[in-house]
Amino acid sequence: MSGPDPTAAIEAVFRIEFARLVAGLTRFVGDVGVAEELAQDALVDALVQWPTQGTPRRPGAWLMAVGQRKAIDRFRRDRNLDGKYALIGRDGPTPDPRSAAPPGTAGAFEDHIDDDVLRLMFVACHPVLSVRARTALTLRLVGGLTTAEIARAYLEPEPTVAQRIVRAKRTIAAAEVPFEVPAGDDRAARLDSVLQVIYVIFNEGYAATAGADWMRPALCAEALRLGRVLSQLAPDEPEVHGLTALMEIQSSRLRARSGRDGEPVLLHDQDRRTWDRLLINRGLAGLERARALGGERGPYSLQAAIAACHVVAFRAEDTDWAQVVSLYEQLAEITPSPIIELNRAVAVSMASGPAAALDLVEQLVASGTLDRYHLLHGVRGDLLDKLGRGDEAAAAFAQAATLTRNASEHQLLLGRALDATSR
Amino acid sequence: MRFFGYTLGDESVPMPPPSAELMEEMGAFMEEATKAGVLVATGGIAPSAMGAKINLKDGEFTVVDGPFTEAKELIGGWAMLECRDLQEAIEWAKRFVSVLGEGEVRVRPVFGPE
Repeated sequence: MSGPDPTAAIEAVFRIEFARLVAGLTRFVGDVGVAEELAQDALVDALVQWPTQGTPRRPGAWLMAVGQRKAIDRFRRDRNLDGKYALIGRDGPTPDPRSAAPPGTAGAFEDHIDDDVLRLMFVACHPVLSVRARTALTLRLVGGLTTAEIARAYLEPEPTVAQRIVRAKRTIAAAEVPFEVPAGDDRAARLDSVLQVIYVIFNEGYAATAGADWMRPALCAEALRLGRVLSQLAPDEPEVHGLTALMEIQSSRLRARSGRDGEPVLLHDQDRRTWDRLLINRGLAGLERARALGGERGPYSLQAAIAACHVVAFRAEDTDWAQVVSLYEQLAEITPSPIIELNRAVAVSMASGPAAALDLVEQLVASGTLDRYHLLHGVRGDLLDKLGRGDEAAAAFAQAATLTRNASEHQLLLGRALDATSR
Repeated sequence: MRFFGYTLGDESVPMPPPSAELMEEMGAFMEEATKAGVLVATGGIAPSAMGAKINLKDGEFTVVDGPFTEAKELIGGWAMLECRDLQEAIEWAKRFVSVLGEGEVRVRPVFGPE
């Protein structure tokens, strides 16, 4: 029995197989855009054939074989594109999509399909693209999300996202980005880009920058899945485990981060008993893995270690704040940034009191670098409030409220301004 | 979305130990599901003879050692799956039960932040 809706079942198979299919076909034809079209063509065949002929025992291999056959058809039809079809004709006999295990090519493809998916990730996150284009292309090609789904997630018109993806694929082709995992000096920088793209997707879900929702859990889930996939494909890279651990731990708090009406609940006020223990344990294990690989001082591993300090404490006051301060100091050493300074100030306020923290925050205010960042004013308001300087606190909260584009956060900050005034 | 998937079995029907071939195929399946970022936790449950049943009624506990002879539908293996929707969970369940050859698998959503 194939479930109530055969089309939905086939589409689910297709989504599951999508990244592998596009990756394997890119190896075959050398172009991610062409590979994606071939994958879609294979889906069309599946939608026609599977309901009557039954779902093949190995649907992924079937889709791959059909995609390859369609690549060959295209090649024969349009020989002037032969530059794009570098591998065809040199890779064994023509695959037969009817057999469960196609002879020649498909079997060979399965041998390096994991590497191909990793290559696809590196291509989609290539620095020749803007970060926005990288995230869109990664969600499309590796995540298997449709343009409509990506547009919905980012609250953008679908044609805008579609255009961005089309341009990104053209840029990749024009730059002749090789389908490979870079080696040597290039590798670290390119891996950073992959990690950055995944974390940007996660953060867009974790604290939606615009719109009425405080979070978009679907983006968090997709980023976490990409991290889990990557930690299987590149198991020797400590920062891959560091990033995935960070996302596991942050995700463990997703449910506790919004109240009954979707309003934000800040870390200090969350019901820690509702944090997801499975994700916490996975995150802590991932962090251990990163450490065992010598990655203790990598930026993502340090952030994961900070997140771990929070999740192992059942009450906020049980948090090892001195350890959190120390981890932020280490983080600031390798990646100096005013945002990290701000976070360090928050940890200092918990470890040593609001007065010490306010000194740090006033230095940040004086530097002017975070003038437009709502959380700087939010944190300053919080510290002033704790020091009993209610009117100054209210002004800071009000300023923070005008700077956030997130509707839920705006409400939260206005509420705090009101509370501070009435104290 | 997270799903809890589990097999159902009847303990009164003796099961031969899994063959080396089945173990190998199951290992390959687990690897595939882990690499896809889908399998986040899994385990097997020992025969009910090794467990106990705990009941609280009117303030009184009753603890009964296994086996639970009345139960024809006992959970055998279980897994936590992270999938985008029920259809995907169904597809992974199909792949799992295909490795077994036959049997019944159930998948149920686990409440999460969605």
